[in-house]
Amino acid sequence: MTPLRISIAASIASVLLILVVLELIRARRLKERYAILWLVTGVALLVLSAWRGGLNTIAGWLGVSGYPPAILFAAATLFIILVLLHYSTVLSKLTDESVILAQKVALLEQRLEEGLDARRGAE
Amino acid sequence: MRTGRVLAIVPAHNEAGAIGAVVDEIRSVDPAFDVVVVDDGSVDETATIAARHGAAVVRLPYNLGIGGAVQTGFKYALEQGYELAVRLDGDGQHDPGELEKLLEPLRRGDADVVTGSRFAGHQNGYRVPFARRLGIVFFARLVSLLVRQRVTDTTSGFQALNGKGIALFAVDYPSDYPEVEATVLVLKHRLRLKEVPVRMRDREHGASSITFFRSVYYMLKVTLALLVAIFRKYAVPREEAGRG
Repeated sequence: MTPLRISIAASIASVLLILVVLELIRARRLKERYAILWLVTGVALLVLSAWRGGLNTIAGWLGVSGYPPAILFAAATLFIILVLLHYSTVLSKLTDESVILAQKVALLEQRLEEGLDARRGAE
Repeated sequence: MRTGRVLAIVPAHNEAGAIGAVVDEIRSVDPAFDVVVVDDGSVDETATIAARHGAAVVRLPYNLGIGGAVQTGFKYALEQGYELAVRLDGDGQHDPGELEKLLEPLRRGDADVVTGSRFAGHQNGYRVPFARRLGIVFFARLVSLLVRQRVTDTTSGFQALNGKGIALFAVDYPSDYPEVEATVLVLKHRLRLKEVPVRMRDREHGASSITFFRSVYYMLKVTLALLVAIFRKYAVPREEAGRG
């Protein structure tokens, strides 16, 4: 059985995570789009922490007999990997977009210079 | 200041098949309409066709999604000094013949933002798939509750705005599936919102861009955004508001 103290500490940590994420959205420092995965993580960890019977059952399924809180760490790790993977895809998209922007700006600048030169030549 | 001119903002993403007719139709309704087509990273001939039909065309270097595209139009309206703007979709489902109905409350000074609602007033035979209708009703109820004003259609992209509305949306407009959050934004800034019943046509070309999984994601995202927004003191980010 999971020690009660671990359940309480993990529940508090999950609730804090959820509250911090919500406050970051409110203060407009985090976009909803990137917050959803964090909230899902927070809620999943909260459920696993507070629902002690459930944690034991899942531990039983997976053959973890000695120490059920190990499932809590496993779940947390899994969600962190998911969030990081998501960030990698977002970062890749941002990289592509900033390349396109830089090229666009450079091409616009060249056209502008060309236009200005032509006007100077005409005067 | 462009007195008397109305800017029609048309966001379009791969609408080469419909955009020409949409631009022509808007211009034929009233010669006082200028049209700007915001091409949201199309890979087809949308921009070329729109320009050939006499629209000003703003080409985004890559796809920003509907919110970013529409906001580009509002920024254009602000820079060019338009006092009235309408927004309608590039796929032809919004009938330009209804535009005057949307503009009328603005001209009378009765509202700052007017939305064309598919569900206000009479039943007008607009067929919406069941799941979609459920989403529309859900957001209409939720928003009505949050802003304490009855709204029937928060997902309509058929809108008209005066200078105040343009100035607000030019600095702050939500990203994907933006109309619902925008409704709350308008009312939080104490702008006057009015709905008028309109008919909408079935799409002429292509399929709706919203698939099942995306709608579930949007439902979650928008609900979260709405609930968090209640706790915001400043709906517009402070630094933006200060600059404006």
